[in-house]
Amino acid sequence: MASPAPEFASLAEIAESVRSGRISARAVLSQALGRIRELEGDLHCFNEVTAEVAEADADAVDRMVRDGQDPGPLAGVPVALKDNLCTKGIPTTCSSRILAGWLPPYDATVVSRLRGAGALLVGKTNLDEFAMGSSTENSAFGPTRNPWDTGRVPGGSSGGSAAAVAGGIVPLAFGSDTGGSIRQPAALCGIVGVKPTYGVVSRYGLIAFASSLDQIGPFATTVADAALGLEVVAGHDPMDSTSLERPAPSLLASLAEGVSGLRVGIVEDFLSDGSECGAAVVAAGEALASAGAKVDEVTIPELLLGLPAYYVIAPAEASSNLSRYDGVRYGLRVDGPDTETMNARTRGEGFGPEVKRRIMMGTYALSAGYYDAYYGQAQKARTVVIRAFEAAYRNFDVLLTPTTPSVAFPFGSKTEDPIEMYMCDLCSIPSSLAGHPAVSVPFALSPERLPIGVQVLAPALGEAVMMRVAASLEAVAPREARGPVTP
Amino acid sequence: MSEQERFISPDEVRHVARLARLALDDDEVGRMALQLSAILEHVDAVRRLDTADVPPTAHPFPVENVLRSDTETPSLDRETVLAQAPRAENDRFRVPRIMGEAP
Amino acid sequence: MTGYPVTNYETVVGLEVHCELATATKLFCGCRNAFGDEPNTNICPVCLGLPGSLPVINRRAVELALRIGAALNCSPRRSIFHRKNYFYPDMPKDYQISQYDEPINVDGWLELPDGSRVGIERAHMEEDTGKTTHVGGGGRIHEAGYSLVDYNRAGVPLVEIVSRPDIRSAAQARAYVDELRSILVATGASDGRMEEGSLRVDANISVRPLGATEYGTRCEVKNLNSLRSLERAIDYEVQRQIALLESGERVAQETRHFDEGDSTTHAMRSKEEANDYRYFPEPDLTPLVPDAALLAAAAEGIGPMPAERRRRLSGLLGEDSSLATRRDGSTDQVVTVVDLGLDELIAGAVAAGADPRLALARAANEAAANPEEARRLDPRAFAALIKMESSGQLSATQSKEVLSELMSEGGDPIQIAGRLGYEQMDQAVLASMLDEVIAANPQEWRRYCDGDEKVAQFLLGQVMRASKGRANGKLVAAAFASRRGSF
Repeated sequence: MASPAPEFASLAEIAESVRSGRISARAVLSQALGRIRELEGDLHCFNEVTAEVAEADADAVDRMVRDGQDPGPLAGVPVALKDNLCTKGIPTTCSSRILAGWLPPYDATVVSRLRGAGALLVGKTNLDEFAMGSSTENSAFGPTRNPWDTGRVPGGSSGGSAAAVAGGIVPLAFGSDTGGSIRQPAALCGIVGVKPTYGVVSRYGLIAFASSLDQIGPFATTVADAALGLEVVAGHDPMDSTSLERPAPSLLASLAEGVSGLRVGIVEDFLSDGSECGAAVVAAGEALASAGAKVDEVTIPELLLGLPAYYVIAPAEASSNLSRYDGVRYGLRVDGPDTETMNARTRGEGFGPEVKRRIMMGTYALSAGYYDAYYGQAQKARTVVIRAFEAAYRNFDVLLTPTTPSVAFPFGSKTEDPIEMYMCDLCSIPSSLAGHPAVSVPFALSPERLPIGVQVLAPALGEAVMMRVAASLEAVAPREARGPVTP
Repeated sequence: MSEQERFISPDEVRHVARLARLALDDDEVGRMALQLSAILEHVDAVRRLDTADVPPTAHPFPVENVLRSDTETPSLDRETVLAQAPRAENDRFRVPRIMGEAP
Repeated sequence: MTGYPVTNYETVVGLEVHCELATATKLFCGCRNAFGDEPNTNICPVCLGLPGSLPVINRRAVELALRIGAALNCSPRRSIFHRKNYFYPDMPKDYQISQYDEPINVDGWLELPDGSRVGIERAHMEEDTGKTTHVGGGGRIHEAGYSLVDYNRAGVPLVEIVSRPDIRSAAQARAYVDELRSILVATGASDGRMEEGSLRVDANISVRPLGATEYGTRCEVKNLNSLRSLERAIDYEVQRQIALLESGERVAQETRHFDEGDSTTHAMRSKEEANDYRYFPEPDLTPLVPDAALLAAAAEGIGPMPAERRRRLSGLLGEDSSLATRRDGSTDQVVTVVDLGLDELIAGAVAAGADPRLALARAANEAAANPEEARRLDPRAFAALIKMESSGQLSATQSKEVLSELMSEGGDPIQIAGRLGYEQMDQAVLASMLDEVIAANPQEWRRYCDGDEKVAQFLLGQVMRASKGRANGKLVAAAFASRRGSF
């Protein structure tokens, strides 16, 4: 049974202590590295622990402090990054055999911004291979374990990052979210996870899964910390054509403004009878009403189209994005008498079963004779979902749903049937299709004492109001419902 | 054809696998046919949707004309890049003989 | 070319011309766009298609694409990019970013020197591939032992110009490519060097019985590296197809490879099924809208097109000449005075009173030897020189000498002529030379006086020799004629 671990100091406090010289970045780092030594054997959060890199980062921060320079708003904060974010000279594998040992020759924009803000890169975290999955069981390097119960999954695909925060190793981690891959693990691990509006955070250097859906976002134990993490990495990037031409959103200032007068809609369609996750959402609604919000139920049945549409669009884009792994320029090569055979053998051996399934599904959905029926239709279904949200947001400022239909499940319990695993994304997919922001906030514990997250949805560029509502929920949620915990 | 083969047959699976350059053995082909059929059945709701007046969405937001200026930026160091190549020769990437011509 | 009479069949040809744009950098990244650099030195994460990289469109490439469209009388359109998915080692992403059913330029035409028009279906943008060299084995690619890939060219911006099947002969096809190249060079959009690969031609060839309205089955022929190859390929392919039809067989729709060795085409041994490119809209890029700024930049500095300039010059010269200088020996391409930018010079000289035919001749033959210097000539100085020659003041030889000096040093042609000693010979000196020649050659003189014109050349030559070339041939001939007349 997991026990509560000491809370982290807030990111702002850590940075302030380091910047003022009260504590060295090295000292902060050694806490994180100590925790890794203690827990990594049980949890397997990391594909690569980058202690030397972090020590060099820490030394640089401490030097700047000594020289009277400002290392930045995340000075000395140890950070873990999902292993699908390119880190120059540091192995980046997407938890796939096909990229085992690959060293990117460049940093993702998000990575540059974090290090530029004084953060210390502690390691690259485990994920479902190429971000495809909801449990991290699809990793080619073995799964990550949930700190709340090591016989259960941490969620996915960003399971390693979620577990690293939930296990008290790092106060801030980053993952990627395509259909729920930040939010669902956040919910299963009792921490905060944010998917920003599509285009708010640069995708340059994020190894692509589904280009029109992927976004990078933070994990933290509090809403304020997640907000700060997001502020640091967000904002226009000329290297990403889909990056919105806006500066980073300002979130911290309005966090404590409360929810008085806000219109909150509980999406009925995602509340199935008797589910503990649904009950948590209802309770969350009541809490917000007590805090002065106007809370109502709303039904948006079109959102249920989201899951089937997503499972056409995402694999279709993925099948194209993953074509480049052909054994020619980098990564695994399995030899053959000719290039075509070499390609097929390399990909046959280098990709795991879920990745292959999605590549096949995507290739089929785009192929001659099927494009209109599948991809074409799915892009129209996407429009239907977007319009349904637009209609709802005329009457509501934010929407509430469960983050995911179930709490952390035991290993192997959903691997027989791919569809069962896909259902984990039911509540998180619609906002991904619409490009809207969403956040998961830990709000309750299940009878088995497993964390339950509530999802707050807002319209595009509604991060500020969304985080306000999340902060309000956090303020009344039981302390025991959130991490960090020690397994 | 059985119920489950209704959506995709093993032959179609082989064809798609060739398009995707994925080597699948016979067992895998059989399993893939079943699993893909299940997925296709699940997403059939999308196929049957009446979308008469609905345009497709390719991008969540209607941004246009994102362009960059025609100015040179530094290239990568060749040695660094070739060091990652599975096989290199004469400053180029080496591949086994290519059977087909470029389309 | 032995064979079947072509008279019962009509040749139908459409041409696809790929043109590399003369931008400083590639289409989607800032790597240098240059021919002939050391292999794999102009590469970056984007054009190498490294995991995590993203494309960003080069504004200049769009301007040049619009410029080409305008020069070909196309309508500019809102356009998007599509992914064309196929595997090939020279394709870093194993998909090419191209344009499919929403291209940037549509529905234009190109006018040939003989006045006929060829329709242009579209002129769209796409990225170029890398270059493969095949090592070992025999000549053909699939006989090679292995291949080596250079990605310098990957990502270079291309415009693909697709004609309608309006071309009816090999000669017309050749004229089309010549004219298209002239236009592309005149717009500054491309340097049009077929020998360097910045201009590549594929031909779609079919035949049909004379009078038929339906098109026959067409074959695409690739590997046409010169205009000669283009003509020969069309000739061979037309004969081949006619032979098939005449013997009751069908023409198979296929892609064929032109063999430079024996000027034949044969079916390409490409793998299995025809390519299913699974086109879908490129999610990493935004649509292109030809707004006022782009259209203005496209139109900037674009003068009249070659056809228009040829028309003006022909009108001025009062003749319908081809205005050709030569066919370049190595590139086998026609180069006209308009191509060389000398039409302004000729027009200016004629306006200043120079004889049009002589002005054209001197410009096309002598001045064209150094086009850069020629373009700097002052049309009035050029006119003065031409007048000196047509009046007989200077011989042709002398005129060319003066022109050469005028081009390299500038100045006043009259003064140059003087400096070179080319002033008019003293009439008395000339008369005495005639006396001497007549006296030395009495038999020839008698034959000339009897009306034998052939001997006039001999007599003329004698005077030229005596004067060491200084005498003006026309004046000498006139002097002889008037002497005879008075006999």
